[in-house]
This record gives sequence, C-alpha cells and structure tokens, in this order.
Amino acid sequence: MTITSSNRRRVRDTGPSGWLAAPALVFFLVFAVVPLAGVVFLSFTSWDGLREIRLEGLASWTTVLTDPVTGNALLVTAKIMFFSFIVQAPISLLLGVFTAGSQKYRAALAVLYFLPLLLSSAAVAIAFKALLDPNFGLGPGLQVPILIQDWLGNSDLVLFVVVFVIAWQFVPFHTLIYQGGVRQIPASLYEAAEIDGAGRVRQFLNITLPQLKYTIITSSTLMVVGSLAYFDLIFVLTGGGPGYSTRLLPLHMYLTGFKANDMGAASALGVILIAIGLGLALLLQRLGGKNRNDSQLEGA
Amino acid sequence: MASTTQLPAAPEAPALPQAAARPNSRRAGRRRPNLPGGLGGWLWLAVIVLPIYYVVITSLKNQAGFFATNPMLPPAEPTLDNYKLVLENDFARYFLNSVVVTLGTVIPALFVSFMAAYAIVRGKGRFVNWTNNLFLLGLAIPLHATIIPIYWMITRAHLYDTLLALILPSIAFAIPVSVLILSNFMRDVPNELFESMRLDGCSDWAMLWRLALPMTKPAVITVGIYNALHVWNGFLFPLILTQSPGTRVLPLSLWTFQGEFSVNIPAVLASVVLATLPLLVLYIVARRQLISGLTAGFSK
Repeated sequence: MTITSSNRRRVRDTGPSGWLAAPALVFFLVFAVVPLAGVVFLSFTSWDGLREIRLEGLASWTTVLTDPVTGNALLVTAKIMFFSFIVQAPISLLLGVFTAGSQKYRAALAVLYFLPLLLSSAAVAIAFKALLDPNFGLGPGLQVPILIQDWLGNSDLVLFVVVFVIAWQFVPFHTLIYQGGVRQIPASLYEAAEIDGAGRVRQFLNITLPQLKYTIITSSTLMVVGSLAYFDLIFVLTGGGPGYSTRLLPLHMYLTGFKANDMGAASALGVILIAIGLGLALLLQRLGGKNRNDSQLEGA
Repeated sequence: MASTTQLPAAPEAPALPQAAARPNSRRAGRRRPNLPGGLGGWLWLAVIVLPIYYVVITSLKNQAGFFATNPMLPPAEPTLDNYKLVLENDFARYFLNSVVVTLGTVIPALFVSFMAAYAIVRGKGRFVNWTNNLFLLGLAIPLHATIIPIYWMITRAHLYDTLLALILPSIAFAIPVSVLILSNFMRDVPNELFESMRLDGCSDWAMLWRLALPMTKPAVITVGIYNALHVWNGFLFPLILTQSPGTRVLPLSLWTFQGEFSVNIPAVLASVVLATLPLLVLYIVARRQLISGLTAGFSK
C-alpha cells in the first residue's frame, strides 16, 4: 500500500478505476450474458442434451409455436400471475399496515407471520402435499366436509390451491416490504387528519395508500416478475398436473428440456420467458412513472 | 416447533426499530380498538400456523399412529424415530453440501459486488455506466430461463455433478441485486470522507476496505443474508446440475426423501423440519438481521 505521487495524481483526476467492476462483470458476462445469447442460439438448434448440437433453423420454433401445450402454459402462467397478485397484494398491504402498529400483540403475531420465510419452496410444497391429502390431511383432521377434497387431483381446483400456497409462502415477504413502507409515513400526517376528524378508513385511503405509492410499485413489480420464477414450488407440489392444469411456462421449459430431452424447443420457450419478463418489467416501470431503482431510493 | 415458535415473541418489543417509535405513537393515542383489523390478524395467524403445527405433530408420529389418529391431533406417544431415520440417511452430508455451496457463493459474490458497487458509485466514464446498466437489465430478466445453456456450459467444462457447478452460476445470478443494493447504500457515504482520505494519499483499494466497507457494513450483512437464503433454499440449479447423493444439497434431498419414503409421510415431514431448523435457530438468535436480509433493503 505504498503511495507514489503519480498514483495519487491519477486517482485524483479520474476517480476509482473501472477495473474494480471487472471481476463482477466477468462473472456476469460468462454465467448470465453468454447463456442469454446461448438460449437464443440453442433455440435454432436440435439437441437432446447429450449428443452433438445440430443447427435446425426454425424447426424448434415451429414445434413450440404450433404445440397447444405452449398456449396452455402461457394461459396457466397468466392465470397464476393474475390470481396470485389479486390475492397477495391486498393481504400483504393490510398485514403490512397491521404489523406496523405499535400494539404488543401485533408485534408478537408478526414474529409468527414471518415463519414461512424460513422454509424452502421444496419444503413448503412437501408440507402442503401432506396437508392437502384427502385422507390424512387438514380436511379429515378438522372434520369439515368441504375441506375434504382431492385438492391436488382436481383440475378445477388445483390452480387455486397453487395460488393459495404461493400466497402462504410469499405474503410474509411482501408484508415486510409494506411494514417498512408504513413505518416511513410521518406521524404528523395522521395527527392532522385526526384533528380534522377523519376516520380510520379515510386515513387509510387518503394518507396511507398515497404515501405507499412507491412501496406498492416495488412490491407489485416483484410479485408480477417473480411469478415467472414459481418453478420449484409447483414442480414439487403438482409436477404441473393433473394433466397440464398447473404446467406454467418455466415448468414447461424444464420438462421439455430435461424430461422430453428436446433442448431446442426448451430454449425457444426460454426465449419466450425472457421476452415476457423484460416486457413486463418495462411495462411496470412505465406504469409506475419511475423506475424501481428510484422507488427504492425513495426511503433512503 | 410448536413451542419454539412462541419463544421469539418476548424480545420483540425492545427489538422494534427506533424508526418505528415515532410514527406509531399515533396508533397508541387512538380511542377505539381496531376490531376488524385484530380479527383479520388472528385469522391470518391461523392460516400461517396450522400448516406448521400439522408438519411438526405429524413428524412426531409413528406410521401406525399417522394412519390411526386424527391428523390434527398430537400423537399419543411422540417419537423421534423419524428424525433418526432422516439423520441416518446422510442428512449431515447434504447439510454440509448446502453450507459449502452457500458460503462458496455468498463470499465471492459479496466481494466482487462490493468492488463493483464502489466503482459504479465513485467512478466516472462510459465503462462504469455501461456495466451498471447491464446489471440493472439483469434484474429485469428472469435469469432462470437460461438454464439450458448453463447446463451445456457446465457439462462442457466437466463440472457436472460438482458443487462448483452450483456455485459459479449462483455467484453470477447474485451480482445484479447485490450491486444495486450496495451501491444504493454507498451513495449515502458522505463524499467529504472520501475526499479527505484521498488528500491523505490513500489508494482506492485502501478507501474501499477502510472507509466504504465499515460505513456500509449493515448493507453488506443484509445483502449477504439475502443471497445466502436464496442459495440455501435454491432448488433449480441442484436439480439440473447435480445428480449423485455426494453433491446433493438440502432442498433437493427433501425431494428425494419424498420419493424414497413416499409411504412414510411422518419421516418426510421430519426431513422438512430438520432442513428448516438451521434457519429457525438464526431467526431466534438474530431475527432483526435476518428480516432485514430477507427484504434486502427493498423496504428501506
């Protein structure tokens, strides 16, 4: 760490060397950017995962785009995205406000609310598989007839079961985000409203909600973009079934590539997945008016 | 776990961040208690706790008891045999693998991300800007869509079925969010401190470790925990990049246990409890750090 005068002048003139960013950049280029290019390239090839990769032109794309399972996977993905957002967003928002309160019992409840965050998706899926069993699970345990169903075997119900389990696992995370957001709201706003005689509901609608704008954008972005990554939970819980009823896009990609050994078609599905993810992220940024980077800085 | 979950309740009150104290005073001054809020809070508690309760009591039943007793009632004669069975099935090895992969990912990822964040915040020029934009783009893309080229690269590099195969892409995937959060925090370090150190003739390398690191230590811990949780609970990379029991990590071992002991539900659920125990211990001893790590500053 000897300091020479030339070293000193260089530093003063240009700021730190950009080379400090190089190690991170190299890792990211090799294991994220190259694979991104690779998935586009592989979508124009035929490969079974073992033998030589052969260029095939648009064959994989034709397969993927004409296969009704692809359309179904897109529909399932959209449904899960939509329903899990509709279920999670209001619950997380309300729980965030609730746990930000100062009452002792709320703090104690919050400690328990966050327990699902400790479990891996595989653990959550295995636990619910046992819990939802029509013979030895929750339904027969509580002796409530309506709860005794073949939850995971009924293709009309299974999608909502998946949405519920997703909510069970991820609502705590978003509750935390909202709790942090609510705690940033200045108390003076509520005191003023109190003097004006505004009730609890009015305070919530006129102060809490508008003040949480950036928190809502952050949480919603994470929810929507994150729903493209619900792979492990559904893989273990239903395997995409029964039939194709919970086979969403990431799972369809995995099964096409690693179970049906059609890496070309799976890569084409990967490209579609990336396009949707990017499109959604850009759209949400546009809708929010500010980008996520700013919204996070908001409270800083 | 049913009893341990009660434990963390007591220290919650003093553990509340000071920031919460002021805005919350408004609630203490309220006249009427919030009945619907309280009701909803207790209802959600039931939703969260019932599955956990079911998992714990079932893991303590023997197989005959599992089939004979009411699923929601605790066993008449609790047994630890299921835990013994899981531990005898190489649980320690899977645990150790998870530890190696988690530390092997998080430490290098923090190291390179921290240097990159420093270069991005303090540096100027096109290279640094371009790098930052690339990382931001990485946040918007569902990187898991690139598993097929990653699988190809790992098999080509003869790393398939090694722990390094899990570590390398995990580092790359951790970089965008780590750099984003670390650079957000590093912007809060007053410029004058850097200036005065520079006048004293310090190199960037020295400023990086002697000024920037101590000033952003909470953020580094937060990012470290966030990444560690993701890697610890990660399922997709182990599923496609490893195969043998020698390289199996915990989440994958839950899935294979489930396959091997499919008729022995209590043993499967015991493996779920065992795999969650390390994080539960962390939650009890260092809840605040863990929670801040979970949201990775998203609610900052």
